[in-house]
Amino acid sequence: MSSNACLPVGRVTHLESLIVIRLRKRNRSTIGVPRYDTVSANYEKNAMDNKSMTKLDSLEAQSIYILREAYREFKSLAMLWSIGKDSTVLLWLARKAFFGHVPFPLVHIDTSFKIPEMIAYRDRLAKEWKLNMVVGQNKQALEAKQTFPDGNVDRLMCCKLLKSEALKHTLAGDWPRYRFNHPTDRYELDINTEPYTGVIVGVRADEEGSRSKERYFSPRDRNNEWDVGDQPPELWNQFKTDFAPGTHLRIHPLLDWTELNIWEYVERENIPVVPLYFDQGNGKRYRSLGCYPCTLPVESAAKNVRDIVEELRTGKFANIAERAGRAQDKDDGGGLETLRRDGYM
Amino acid sequence: MNMQKEQMSVVIVGHVDHGKSTLIGRLLADTGSLPQGKLEAVKENCKRTSKPFEYAFLLDALKDEQSQGITIDTARCFFKSPKRDYIIIDAPGHIEFLKNMITGAARAEAALLVIDAQEGIRENSKRHGYMMSFLGIKNVTVCINKMDLVHYDQEAFESIKKEYLEFLNEINLKPRNFIPLSAREGENIVGRSKKMPWYGEASVLEALDGFVKATPTYARELRFPVQDIYKFTAQSDDRRIIAGRIESGTVRAGDQVIFLPSNKTSRIKSVEGFNTLEISQAFAGQSIGLCLDTQIYIRPGEVMCKVRERLPHVSTKLKANIFWMGNQPLVKNKNYKLKVATQQVPVVLSEILNVLDASELSSIRNKSQVDRHDVAECVLETLKPIAFDDINSIPETGRFVLVDNYEISGGGIILAPVYAQETALNQHIRSREYSWERSAITPVKRAFQYQHKSALVVITGQADTGKRIVAKALEEGLFKLGKFVYFLGVSNEILSAGADTNDRTLGKIRHIQQLGEMAHVLTDAGLILIASISDVDDYELNVLKSLNRPNKTIVVNIGENRFGEGEVDLSLPEDETRDSAVQKILDLLTKTVALDPEYLI
Repeated sequence: MSSNACLPVGRVTHLESLIVIRLRKRNRSTIGVPRYDTVSANYEKNAMDNKSMTKLDSLEAQSIYILREAYREFKSLAMLWSIGKDSTVLLWLARKAFFGHVPFPLVHIDTSFKIPEMIAYRDRLAKEWKLNMVVGQNKQALEAKQTFPDGNVDRLMCCKLLKSEALKHTLAGDWPRYRFNHPTDRYELDINTEPYTGVIVGVRADEEGSRSKERYFSPRDRNNEWDVGDQPPELWNQFKTDFAPGTHLRIHPLLDWTELNIWEYVERENIPVVPLYFDQGNGKRYRSLGCYPCTLPVESAAKNVRDIVEELRTGKFANIAERAGRAQDKDDGGGLETLRRDGYM
Repeated sequence: MNMQKEQMSVVIVGHVDHGKSTLIGRLLADTGSLPQGKLEAVKENCKRTSKPFEYAFLLDALKDEQSQGITIDTARCFFKSPKRDYIIIDAPGHIEFLKNMITGAARAEAALLVIDAQEGIRENSKRHGYMMSFLGIKNVTVCINKMDLVHYDQEAFESIKKEYLEFLNEINLKPRNFIPLSAREGENIVGRSKKMPWYGEASVLEALDGFVKATPTYARELRFPVQDIYKFTAQSDDRRIIAGRIESGTVRAGDQVIFLPSNKTSRIKSVEGFNTLEISQAFAGQSIGLCLDTQIYIRPGEVMCKVRERLPHVSTKLKANIFWMGNQPLVKNKNYKLKVATQQVPVVLSEILNVLDASELSSIRNKSQVDRHDVAECVLETLKPIAFDDINSIPETGRFVLVDNYEISGGGIILAPVYAQETALNQHIRSREYSWERSAITPVKRAFQYQHKSALVVITGQADTGKRIVAKALEEGLFKLGKFVYFLGVSNEILSAGADTNDRTLGKIRHIQQLGEMAHVLTDAGLILIASISDVDDYELNVLKSLNRPNKTIVVNIGENRFGEGEVDLSLPEDETRDSAVQKILDLLTKTVALDPEYLI
């Protein structure tokens, strides 16, 4: 854990503090993200003459198609936004699919142990992109100090309590949800407690074994459980959009993307990402973002998106799993299976 | 600076235990595509559990699978050759998991079909071959695996090849290669095997690299299934955007287009995007948005085509090949949901022409239902007309799935439309007229007695346009004039309650049908019947008119008129006052239903 010592660990404690503190207007330069909402110079224009679609064009078109299917079919739809690169690409794709708008709420589960820059970045984009931001949290577990950093439970139990449980109840609407009120510039208790029946999630098939078996539209039963052995067929872009009352669906528009595709797309579209992904001068960067007690930076001098793309294509990470820096995976026998069954994303 | 390599997805299929997972494990290992430490970790795990190491374990990431030793679901993994990047889809070979195999294969552009050299061709070798043909996968290579078990014998290979080629011929599938190999020993996987010098053709990797990627279908007619229609007015965006993916052809600003099945026409004003350079043209494969020159009302599901090009079929009946995956058999007289492109419509099985056992290619005649894993040639009838192509002209709009009680239970390819001389609706009306014993009092006699003709007055429009208020006031006005009038205030919920369905389209059409039957009785009795009904389309309105025949139906629309030309008799703006609306309807009725005795003669 020593490598974490250099991080600013002034942790944003429980949500209450977020609710009373007016969000400070952040200087763009502190986040270090260049212009966006403008057409990126890196965008490869499709030459209409040869009508060629690049790999990224095809991935984008399929993800947009899936997002639009979800939006048409689900009355109560939400997208999970972990603030990481994948779900941020997903958010960007939603803006593409809906022509600059995001017509459903973005749900973020705040474990209170997220790296502080992540929360600041979340709220800044929420404001700039006028997002319908909803935040949930396991307050009971935090108040009872049932966490790994408090030394009372192991990593897996901590994940289960602060992520899986919090997510389950936030989606179901039986725990408080806090919605960002744009005019008052703060998070306020959301009066809408309707359960979300469709949940868009940015998982990728290449992340680890169990994720490679997911469907684009993946049903979960009343207990949030995933029956891997009995999944619906998916063919010719026809997905499972009919579901019995009480069950819900997870929607995975990024299933076919790889980590490299994600970064290539971030580069092409000039999508703002948390600067924790880049080497800030100490030869370390985060490859995957999570809670600071369980996420280790990797040795890397990649200072920008271009460097990361190069590193993944040909460099030292070309053959090392992305989640190698996540401690809880190892505690689960190498797969995320136990957590996934319980609703972990 | 395009450094992106081409990508291709390949499915591995074949009978259970013929070595599909081993082949993939080998491909990954021998092309150096495994994540660092993965091979060692799996070997270590085998040592710990005292199991001999197998390449198949590399894929069986789920604990379930390792314990059972079979692949139950489709798993994906990635590997690279110098030519392109591959997504390998490992499909289960066990019959129990056919729907998973199909899910995997439907995503694939190419297939490796694995046959055990020792065991030979088995039931699922054939069934999977048939499914490749069904799914339209053109790049197929047959891998005769476990050659080590037959001592790399050429004759063993040739005899399987001959037998299997005969089968593939019957189903019109031409494999690119037949490769003898041993996945376990790594023979003919990446490099060419020294143990089979008699072969001398492509290894598996060479065969993969030799596959040609299909290009999207720009050169064909435009098919743009409307996925949704957006208007983000609350976000101060006034564009009315028609969203969808172009399944074939191209579209550009200025094109004259027609929407089917509604037959509405317009012109493309602009192609919309976000964070892109200005675009005026789009082509097959792209998910786009379009704005039209004119405000026409269309619904998600319609197919936009170019006026000057060959159009898709529009019909309620079609002939199709269906493979069934449902736990319950596919039967007649039951409602299913058919999804073709973005259209969703209730459907019934009207005829079974032939049922095929895909593992033997033998047909089973006179079957009255289609069981799980059967393939059947059938005639389907949809509740409303749909637009589609046959599978050979445009596959993207020529294939569909069937949903049975929330679950996708069947897939199908459309062979041809069936233009029925008679739809189920017309048949019903004809038989109703035939068995209806007419009263001796003719409609003319009734009209003279009551001093007006009978009619169904339908007041329609979007929700909350005050239709009911106008309908009730109209009833009162007519009653005061001494007319025989009745306002049928039966809600959608009550009328469709007997329909026993959670399908909106089905519920709606059932409502229309009941309303039509009721109207027919009451207008036959000489009444002026008033009913208000929300959000119906041209087709539904015509079902209502047909059912009320031979009696008259008069349609009054309040608010935005979303109907085709000639469908509506009177269109009133939403802000029309109640009294003025009633007066205008009365004026219309005076001419048509002859409220004024002067008109009766």
